Amino acid sequence: MRKPEFIYVTYIETTPEKLWEALTSSDFTKRYWWDTSVVSDWKVGSPFSLVLNGKTTDVGEILEAERPRRLSYTFHHILSEAAKNERPSRVTFVLEQHGKLVKLTLTHEDFAEDSVVIDGISKGWPAIMSSLKSMLESGEALVIPLDALFIDELEEVYRS
Amino acid sequence: MNISKFKPAIVYTVYIASTPEKIWQALTMAEFSRKYFFGNAVEIDLKVGGAYVVRQPDGSVHISGEVVECDPPRKLIVTFNVNWPALIEKLGPTLVTYEIEPAGDAVRLTMTESHDRPLDDDILSGGRTGWPAILSSLKSLLETGAPLVIKMAPPQQMLEALKKLGIKTP
Repeated sequence: MRKPEFIYVTYIETTPEKLWEALTSSDFTKRYWWDTSVVSDWKVGSPFSLVLNGKTTDVGEILEAERPRRLSYTFHHILSEAAKNERPSRVTFVLEQHGKLVKLTLTHEDFAEDSVVIDGISKGWPAIMSSLKSMLESGEALVIPLDALFIDELEEVYRS
Repeated sequence: MNISKFKPAIVYTVYIASTPEKIWQALTMAEFSRKYFFGNAVEIDLKVGGAYVVRQPDGSVHISGEVVECDPPRKLIVTFNVNWPALIEKLGPTLVTYEIEPAGDAVRLTMTESHDRPLDDDILSGGRTGWPAILSSLKSLLETGAPLVIKMAPPQQMLEALKKLGIKTP
């Protein structure tokens, strides 16, 4: 059987440079990613974390950072015990100029067997990527309540 | 039509700052589809058993099917058969489901492409390539008033796989 992976492609009217900035700067992520900050110096080997409401929700390590074309990090969700015990997965963003647009390909893969995080990320990424596209194209991110995503196990930190 | 044998092969979800009614119109009216669907015109008789046709800019039929379920502005299921000789005999029919649900101030649109038999990745690469472009452009059209200009040809791996099966493509 094919290994589980999540792939999401979207086309955005922007530049690779602006999209890179939106993926790596908390000034932007806080607008389109439920007030989440991205913390890293974006150098290969450096730590990476997502912080929401003062709590670190995910940690990882930068694997590739080729501005403004390719960004990859390991992704370890640490809020629940079950997720914490799972080995990290891997997230990769590929930014490609496509005419006057940018094609953004997000691949989330290398999940542990019977992963408990795959449900949440599969429902979360389309909302995050949609809101990112709206912010870059119209100036306004989307307001999507997390409860509307129907994630099986949604930890308390996301609800506050 | 009995659709219980169909299994999802491709799912694409996008959140749009719009209303369910406007998304429904965009999916079912030629004046909208021409803008975001590579110039193609959607013509649909909105009742179960009604015809579903997608015409290319030159007027030729690109996709033909029929309405399987119609619940405006929430759910639309159509058969979605690309009009290439021998395609339906070799690969079976394609089913497309659109689900439209409010999600806060936004609306979630979920497209599911289903088939009644397993198809290999080379064949599915067509939908995997096309749907993100079509639905990204639909989102931009509804949010900014301007669709995206996305130049795209069918993936080579799909064309080669179809050729091997004896399916002629333009």
